[in-house]
Amino acid sequence: MTAAAVAPQVRALPLRCRNCGVERDAAPVAICEECLGPLEPLYDAARRLPTRKEIASRAPSLWRYHEWLPLDGSPIFSLDTGFTPLVEVPRLATLLGVARVWAKNDAVSHPSLSFKDRVVAAAINAAAAFGLDTVGCASTGNLANAVAAQAARAGLPAWIFIPDNLEVGKVVGTSVYGPNLVRIRGTYDDVNRLCAQVADRYGWGIVNVNLRSYYGEGSKTVAFEIAEQLGWRLPTAVVAPMAGGSLVSKLGKGFREFLSAGLVEGASPRLYGAQATGCAPIVRLVERGDGQLIPEIPDTIARSIAIGNPADGAYAAESIRKSGGWAASVSDADLVKGIKLLAETAGIFTETAGGVTLASALELARTGHFRAEDEVVLCITGNGLKTVEALAGSLDEAPVLAPRLRDVADLVARASQHSH
Amino acid sequence: MSITLSLPAVLTRLTDGARTIEGSGATVGDVVHDVAGRFPQLAPRLRDEQGNPYSFVTFYLNDEDIRFTGGFATVVRDGDELIIVPAIAGG
Repeated sequence: MTAAAVAPQVRALPLRCRNCGVERDAAPVAICEECLGPLEPLYDAARRLPTRKEIASRAPSLWRYHEWLPLDGSPIFSLDTGFTPLVEVPRLATLLGVARVWAKNDAVSHPSLSFKDRVVAAAINAAAAFGLDTVGCASTGNLANAVAAQAARAGLPAWIFIPDNLEVGKVVGTSVYGPNLVRIRGTYDDVNRLCAQVADRYGWGIVNVNLRSYYGEGSKTVAFEIAEQLGWRLPTAVVAPMAGGSLVSKLGKGFREFLSAGLVEGASPRLYGAQATGCAPIVRLVERGDGQLIPEIPDTIARSIAIGNPADGAYAAESIRKSGGWAASVSDADLVKGIKLLAETAGIFTETAGGVTLASALELARTGHFRAEDEVVLCITGNGLKTVEALAGSLDEAPVLAPRLRDVADLVARASQHSH
Repeated sequence: MSITLSLPAVLTRLTDGARTIEGSGATVGDVVHDVAGRFPQLAPRLRDEQGNPYSFVTFYLNDEDIRFTGGFATVVRDGDELIIVPAIAGG
């Protein structure tokens, strides 16, 4: 079945420019024709919204919040993405000096083990609504995995562009699905610029270029799930990694939408952004306090968030400041410690971006940004098996023994001596 | 110096459909000034009222972001290509 054949079942919402307010019909276009500002889906303010009970009775996927997603009708593809676990981690609460800590664990997102499954689920249905027969993306790896997996299942050809220096897991985790995978000599920012030109040239649905208005809304479902999984209430603080800067802004939008729908009460959480010091243009923008993002050339092992020219950087900084939050960056050595600490305390193996998130949370705690009564959610956006290179040389090597009980007994005796 | 400006499709309605425009000058800023003078409707999508690059586009001189090379003061050479790409993409 082609996307075009099923297009009538799902319709994309019309769009409005975030910068100048001009409205237009639904289209695979992310840029305002008047001012080139970003277009956002325009929801019918009078639409009927569900109650907590109605939402809770729906299937455990991100589509249980479909009234806040940019499509009318029935989505066709990726119906089982979302609703990942929210895992409480008491030992991290102790370390951060706060009341409670949870990890929102998108490291186990279906189908491709990162939060990018959410945005692609929204975008691939928008592609169907427009009858686009090919999808694609510019990616630092996780988005490549998500587009390749979801396009394969949907039966759509995919063109995927990545920097040529990505981790093996990110490359294999894309090519296994059989897309047209292209490795570009350069940084993500080079790839991104190329994809903007590719989207201009071909009539494809590049999920984070011309379908970006619809794609971005999928990120809000992280906020919706956190609220529902906490028992229909909000945490006081959320820490999220920043690459293009969209997630942190959309978290704020999601929390505000649930507040205005009356599904939760109280204050919107303070938003905290995390980056690697080797690529931290949004953290530096928050620290400077002006509105002018200064692009950087990335130099970090946190490749999944190594975007030196983040499209939503200024919006992310604004969302963070307005929420009363802040931002922090950490070294590559500290992000590796963060990966290990999350594994040892939460039993969750995250990729480099997750290590950045936890290490930045520790830095924010050290510099006095959290309060003893805080309830903090850490957004763990990707899976550690994709970036095992980051841990090279930093884990104890497992001993190799002969298959003899005596040798095991010696080892256990030494280990127990060591631990006492 | 003769420089080729490559425009995104969204801006071509301001240039009677032209995807590329020839411009001249010694720097990127000079070239933009030259083109802005000949295509007044396009001008505000290239530079703001202070004469700085318009915030929703990124300029690449031969594939390099001009913010790393001196912005509008970047020197151009005959035959260079100046690519203009909408800033809102990716991530």
